[in-house]
Amino acid sequence: MAGNRFVLEIKNLSKAYDDKEVLNIEQLSFRQGKIYGIIGPSGAGKSTFLRLANLLEAPTGGVVNIHGKRAFPNGADAFRLQREMTLVFQKPLLFKASVKDNVAYGLKARGYPREEIQKRVKALLQKMGLNQLAERRADTLSGGEGQRVALARAVAFEPSLLLLDEPTANLDPSNVELIEELILDLNRSAGITIIIVTHNVFQAERIAHQVLFFFEGQVVEVGETEQIFQEPRDPRTKAFIEGKMIY
Amino acid sequence: MLQGIAEAFYLILTFDPKLWEIVLLSMTVSGLAVVLGALVGIPLGAYLGLKPERQTRLVSKLLYTLMGLPPVVAGLIIYLLLSRSGPLGVLELLYTPTAMIIAQFVLALPIIAGLTMIGIRSRGQEVQETARTLGAGRFLTAWTVVRESRIAIFGAVITGLGRVIAEVGAVMMVGGNIEGVTRVMTTAIVLETGRRNFELALGLGMVLLVLSFIINSLLYNFQGGGRNGGG
Repeated sequence: MAGNRFVLEIKNLSKAYDDKEVLNIEQLSFRQGKIYGIIGPSGAGKSTFLRLANLLEAPTGGVVNIHGKRAFPNGADAFRLQREMTLVFQKPLLFKASVKDNVAYGLKARGYPREEIQKRVKALLQKMGLNQLAERRADTLSGGEGQRVALARAVAFEPSLLLLDEPTANLDPSNVELIEELILDLNRSAGITIIIVTHNVFQAERIAHQVLFFFEGQVVEVGETEQIFQEPRDPRTKAFIEGKMIY
Repeated sequence: MLQGIAEAFYLILTFDPKLWEIVLLSMTVSGLAVVLGALVGIPLGAYLGLKPERQTRLVSKLLYTLMGLPPVVAGLIIYLLLSRSGPLGVLELLYTPTAMIIAQFVLALPIIAGLTMIGIRSRGQEVQETARTLGAGRFLTAWTVVRESRIAIFGAVITGLGRVIAEVGAVMMVGGNIEGVTRVMTTAIVLETGRRNFELALGLGMVLLVLSFIINSLLYNFQGGGRNGGG
């Protein structure tokens, strides 16, 4: 499914809060249909990067291109470009509504016909193993169930770019495995480009085609997963994946 | 005392027209004041709740101050505005139910707006961002934030209603307690007590208490019986 087109391109992107720079990236490109794993210690700027990529915040400087189009956060075009993608937070907020209403939210926002919404929601709930919970209040679900609902809700409208911020943090191993399978399946079957931020280097190794190592707001190394894990070029990357980095 | 309570029950159960006329006017005046307060206060509170706190500090302080506005002060201000020599005297609204609605609106608005703002501030940002990541436009995002904060907003409206239906100072000043025109439960209780007509005063007091109980029960049930008090 991987193509040559870039879904997301970053140039000289920086972000500062109260004069403290938390992110500074020279250049990054993300190809269509691939899974990218972003690893790095806490405070490396991983989540900030996702928020900037999703146009939730304006960068202090630099450019974000979505499908080759320059995106200005809060600009006239931002809304349309933002609709091309979605971000699932580490602790996703599920609306105080039923599971199926949560999954249908993005479809309703885009004005899909009711029959189409019902069809898609039903198929997704089936795929995610959530059909038994369709009528349950989403805010009463367990962590793993909630994360699956958030994932279903995010992909219901078939975004071309799925941004995941620690989607399996605090989940038990069986739920981690389930979520990882779903992520791989979404990538294979729908060709969705996925950028996943994870603390778990083994998770990045398991599911990502390419891995990016962030450190102190900068991209230290980018490479094919195998290369990053077998022959990391930067000593900091090596220290991190070997669990020797103190942070 | 006991005889007074028994006679009060008799007045309530026999639907004494004098008593029920007062009750109906009270509910109409306070109900309309709160509806208007909600129409203005909910969007205002939602707007302020979604703004960064540092941008709304002054307005927040002002709202918190007005939440404790003494009814007699509100009554005095409305009185001066509506009195014959006042800037709105030409409207001839003083000593009418409209003047009472305006006074109670002034009392209810800061409470509804302030509590809505607090409720939305607690998780509004998170809801707003989630809605945006899912492709919601401005209107849907705003609606989602309000919908997700509905318990806090409902609480704000009920608190506003509780405040105005029980107040006496403002409606006394701008309504004048005219029988059949502007006499409401609280002003009637004051008057009937002065007349030593304790049966009617007690009957009105009981209706007021029952109404307060119904309002609070509604709030309690809506909040999930105390299990889920969040916004």
